[in-house]
Amino acid sequence: MSAVADTLVRRPAKRRESFFKNPIVRAVISIAAFIAFWELASRLNWPWIGQAPAPSKVMEAWLPLLNDRGYWYSWYQSSRRVLSGFLAAMIIGIPFGLAMATSRVFHDITFPVFEILRPVPPLAWVPAAIIFWPTQELSIGFVIFLGAIFTIMLNVIGGARSIDVRYFQAARSMGSSNWDIFRRIVLPGVLPSIIVGCEVGIGITWNVVVAAEMISGGGGAIQSSAGGGLGFFIWNSYIGFSYPLIVVGMISIGIAGWISSAIIRQLGILVTPWLRLR
Amino acid sequence: MNAPASVMATQPSGTGHARKGAIRIQNVDKIYDAQGAAVQAVSDCTLDIRAGEICMIVGPSGCGKTTLLNAIAGFHDISGGAIYLDGEMLCGPDKPKAEPGPDRVVVFQNGALFPWKTNLENVAFGPVVQGKLGRAEAIDKARGMMADAGLAGVEHNYPGEISSGMRRRVEIVRALMNDPKVLLLDEPFRALDSLTKSVMHEALLEIYYKNKVTIFFITHDLEEAIFLGHRVAIMTTRPCKPKKILEVDIAHPRDYSVLTSPRFRALMEETVSAVHEEAVKAFEAGEKEM
Repeated sequence: MSAVADTLVRRPAKRRESFFKNPIVRAVISIAAFIAFWELASRLNWPWIGQAPAPSKVMEAWLPLLNDRGYWYSWYQSSRRVLSGFLAAMIIGIPFGLAMATSRVFHDITFPVFEILRPVPPLAWVPAAIIFWPTQELSIGFVIFLGAIFTIMLNVIGGARSIDVRYFQAARSMGSSNWDIFRRIVLPGVLPSIIVGCEVGIGITWNVVVAAEMISGGGGAIQSSAGGGLGFFIWNSYIGFSYPLIVVGMISIGIAGWISSAIIRQLGILVTPWLRLR
Repeated sequence: MNAPASVMATQPSGTGHARKGAIRIQNVDKIYDAQGAAVQAVSDCTLDIRAGEICMIVGPSGCGKTTLLNAIAGFHDISGGAIYLDGEMLCGPDKPKAEPGPDRVVVFQNGALFPWKTNLENVAFGPVVQGKLGRAEAIDKARGMMADAGLAGVEHNYPGEISSGMRRRVEIVRALMNDPKVLLLDEPFRALDSLTKSVMHEALLEIYYKNKVTIFFITHDLEEAIFLGHRVAIMTTRPCKPKKILEVDIAHPRDYSVLTSPRFRALMEETVSAVHEEAVKAFEAGEKEM
């Protein structure tokens, strides 16, 4: 009896509840509330936060840019640099991390250098990168590469170390060679950590894109104010006192970083089918 | 020369013995020397496991029985004595650590199916890496063995998608795919609830009756030990050695009606105090170590 009554009473309530449980709805509410708060703070000229250009001002500056080739060229430039720096970090970082995780000797020799270089902020590498690399593009790519590689390597090492010893024992006891163990246990075992490393790593590449593109003096610009990449776009807007454009650049990088991480996450889900549906 | 006389004495009932798989554990010592404090895990342990029998090793947690299993499997070395498989030395004075091999496959306590492979790929793993079968043949054979073990339908699932009881069954089939002489089971049903456990016991016996492989089965559950085993070796705790060896004179094939039989009850009564004694010792030792 009471069970029937329960279902009768609960069902409509449940439907209303599920609307707010929808993560997309929550995300929209969160972003809308943030923008509303920001607009209000700016209009009422609250201390500190009121100094930031209001969202309406930002949109005013942004809308014309959507038809601006230079703006989109900045997107393209930054994306290309981030992607190449990131790919280089993967190509070098993953094998290096695997070698460090699987060979004690290699680990002991390389880890100290790795640990000393790791805390150096990418911004601090900028002068060295300019001196070291023959072209501007290579210098930019190098700084971006540095942003991602340490995270990727750390995740690979940690991931390989955390593979359950029983998998190795089981594989050994079924007659696996070292190569079998590497290929069939270590690689798939470390794959989820590689994906996490890449997801975090590509986020960091976008974090360092401003530092990296300070190197570019607006290289490849179609319109003089935009074209050196989104990072340069921000730097340039700051120098030119166009504060709404700074925010446009910031939000653009935020969106680009979010899209990149989402793509990596989706690729990750694709290559680790066993982690789906637990 | 070293072959134990008892190997031939009593063969477990059933349809002959398809393969050998007698293990002789002879005066084995194992001392762990972690942080300078030597711990004698196994001391002067001698135990013969007959070819084709289910030998249950019972002792409280941490008594050193897994150390024995690891020594047989070749995961750890021994400090003294020797272990033989069908008269051939696996490890001994000149060779403290046995080479792991597909003639002695382990089924682990919490399971070690590879989560990134489907159940079918897991089962096919052994013959593929050993180069005994091509991938397609191995998959075919694996499919057949899974069907035999009542696992049809979960071949293309990942281990993470099936119940823990199913997983354990897949793992046993994976071990059997290697055509081992000995199955080394390290408390394989420990994590299962008692109802699933009883289903698994009958499933294991069914698999055993078909394959007649020697089973070295570690447990701390006396009821499980007497229900499954031809013999039950009750081990002392730290150092580990046989305290009492019980011949379970209940005819195979067995099913769950055995559990309520007077003979089963009598055997339980005969051994329960010996096990309890060791459990108390282990408990006190554990407290001292803190």
